[in-house]
Amino acid sequence: MKLFKNLLESVKPQFEEGGKLHKFGPAFNAFETFLFVPGHSAPSGAHIRDGIDLKRTMIMVVIALMPPLFFGMWNLGYQHYTAIGVSSDLMQNFVFGLIKVLPIIIVSYVSGLTVEFIFAIIKKHPVNEGFLVSGMLIPMIMPVNVPLWMVAVATIFAVVIGKEVFGGTGMNLLNPALVARCFLFFAYPASMSGEIWNDLSLEAGQKVIDGYSGATALAILDSDFHLMPSVTDMFFGTMQGSIGETSTLAILIGAVILLYTGIASWRVMISVVIGGLLMGYFFNLVAPASNLNHPMHMPAYYHLLLGGFAFGTVFMATDPVTAAQTETGKYIYGFLIGAFCVMLRVVNPAYPEGMMLSILLMNTFSPLIDYFVVQSNIKKRLSRA
Amino acid sequence: MSADIRIRKGLNIKLKGEAEKITAIAEPAETIAIKPDDIFGLIPKLTVKMGDEVKAGSPIFFDKLRPEIIFTSPVSGEVAEIVRGDKRKILAVKILADKQTAYVDFGKANAEQLTRQQVTEKLLASGAWTLIRQRPYDIIPSPASNPKAIFISAFDSAPLAPDYDYTVHGHGEAFQAGLNALTKLTDGKVHLNINTQNKPSEVFTGAKNVQINKFSGPHPAGNVGIQIHHISPINKGETVWYLKPQDVVIIGKLFSKGVYDTTRLVALTGSEINKPRYYNLPACSSLKNILKDNVNEGNNRYISGNVLTGKKITAEDYLGYYDCQVTVIPEGAEPEFLGWITPGLDKFSMSRTFFSWLTPDKKYRLNSCQHGEERAYVVTGQYEKVLPMNIHPVQLIKAIMIEDLELMEGLGIYEVSEEDFALCEFVCTSKIEVQKTIRKGLDLMLRES
Repeated sequence: MKLFKNLLESVKPQFEEGGKLHKFGPAFNAFETFLFVPGHSAPSGAHIRDGIDLKRTMIMVVIALMPPLFFGMWNLGYQHYTAIGVSSDLMQNFVFGLIKVLPIIIVSYVSGLTVEFIFAIIKKHPVNEGFLVSGMLIPMIMPVNVPLWMVAVATIFAVVIGKEVFGGTGMNLLNPALVARCFLFFAYPASMSGEIWNDLSLEAGQKVIDGYSGATALAILDSDFHLMPSVTDMFFGTMQGSIGETSTLAILIGAVILLYTGIASWRVMISVVIGGLLMGYFFNLVAPASNLNHPMHMPAYYHLLLGGFAFGTVFMATDPVTAAQTETGKYIYGFLIGAFCVMLRVVNPAYPEGMMLSILLMNTFSPLIDYFVVQSNIKKRLSRA
Repeated sequence: MSADIRIRKGLNIKLKGEAEKITAIAEPAETIAIKPDDIFGLIPKLTVKMGDEVKAGSPIFFDKLRPEIIFTSPVSGEVAEIVRGDKRKILAVKILADKQTAYVDFGKANAEQLTRQQVTEKLLASGAWTLIRQRPYDIIPSPASNPKAIFISAFDSAPLAPDYDYTVHGHGEAFQAGLNALTKLTDGKVHLNINTQNKPSEVFTGAKNVQINKFSGPHPAGNVGIQIHHISPINKGETVWYLKPQDVVIIGKLFSKGVYDTTRLVALTGSEINKPRYYNLPACSSLKNILKDNVNEGNNRYISGNVLTGKKITAEDYLGYYDCQVTVIPEGAEPEFLGWITPGLDKFSMSRTFFSWLTPDKKYRLNSCQHGEERAYVVTGQYEKVLPMNIHPVQLIKAIMIEDLELMEGLGIYEVSEEDFALCEFVCTSKIEVQKTIRKGLDLMLRES
């Protein structure tokens, strides 16, 4: 620790005013504040401050992402070995998944942080901590067979268009991780469907078992939802899907961590669930009696276990910058996300996954929701006079 | 008509160094210094020069824009020094205090038998008018203006705040005399807000001619701004006046004894004080004598007031004009290696991201470290957890930052003051300078009006 301190102190003058490397100051500042939380006091105002800062907030989210991540890694191995009919143990499954996922995580962080550093240096503002979380979210919503170059392009697009052009962390309109996924969805649609959910790379002598289906539960939903994985499989997550989104249980653990530490908003999470359930019940009521396999007949609570709903509720919709910022607005915002997600899934077979699009849509509406909430507060105040 | 209100939002910050309920004797202060910067909206014009002899209650300076508002000396003695800054701005007026204070005699009177005009004149002449402040803006009100109510908060819920029940003990008569005078100044009511969580002093519960309201809950339940908001919120064009209980006692003594006696019990608090206790001091007193041999060695931060709203001073400095508390805490720490991932058992946070949530009743020795750098607003919902007002705090701060006056009015700038937002500043993850921004907003509105 002393070693780091001395190293930083010796190099610091070069990055300050008048130093040779002054324009790389933000990059140096990022490393310095990564290693050491600064000890200086506030320039004005309250003399004591809460111990929390943005880095700690972001790290809590990353910690909450670990259960879905570790489960996802194990699940990748499990799906792979099941598909080729080879038995495997916990460790083998996990290591298989680890080897597949780690490159995606590395590519995501490296490409994203490079863009962030470049922007920080050009615009002369400190590197913000926002990408600590986005960099971990992007791999978790990717299918395992996504080409690494696509991850890099999507991440760069997301950081530039999704964040930096609006002014950086705290100013963005859309959730950057979802912008990355959405970019791939629309730019490379052929690569985003089909045999991408399970790594079927075979070694000598292996072959896929008979009766293997590469479709995810959401793809099956449109034809006959009775053929989907069982409720237990859906809850524990032993099914195919994006890397981090399959296990409702693991995501619930993440949700408890986020709610207990006070990092995420319970208002958004509960509203999304209620919105989804109510829309699901509504569809149950209007479902055509002639076709009992129609997706409208599916019990509403299945939606919570299926696809990206749970992951989106806990980690994407709760992103504080892009969600509604007023307390009342959060209820409306969350409710509409849940409702639109279920509506998109059930009514439109072209978009099997409605969560990503629903969140992005509501991201664009959250300023409007806040505007009306604030206006009603202003009107109440003026009418009281 | 008396209200009973439970405040739910807020945060109690438990710190080490609460003052014991003992009044200690220290050597009397040798000098006092009145600092015009402590009073908002004031452009001082001196009526004395260096070397003049003054008594307690003789004028020192007056407000240039409102010459009837004069500031008088808290002690008798000689004007020792007039400290000036850039452009000859008066930073402080230092007075060498006599061992025995000589008072100007303003004449005894029974406030109940006087008219509003007579009460106002007496308060202005003695300088006691300057103890009254108004919302909005926290400035001294004009004698001609008519407030819709006067509020007195009988308890202070800020960290390590003095216990007003202890400080007014034994001053029941003077307190009542002060209240009687104040009732003359408004057509509305005088509200006395007591704390129902501890048994309040009989001085408060037995007060007459006032409406007694009950409050309970975490800080900022003791803030007069929060109390005003719950009982009689301020609309555009309205004003409410407020005072501290000890100021009411001072006004009471003016009427019952005829002298302007500013001595009050000041709490010396903070984790770096060896023996935190109360001292009897005149207004703007020097703090050298009470700090002597009572402070831990090391780099300390001296604050006139409490840790949330107080002003930074030095050990050789003086008590603020309106303050009755001094806090001493350690200065900011060394940079902490990977501080954002440590368990942090000694860090206090409203969130439960540090393991300090395992010890909820622990008292902390917090230093002045900011714990991070300033960032844009990212986290939402934090300010709302500690601000028990029907106001959108972040939207108001943003409206001030862009100087949109109409939006500020609509969002409630007239109802707020820096001390109400102090907790918001404390919990802010992005380390925004909230109190400074609120002050900027209030100054903008004051200039426009």
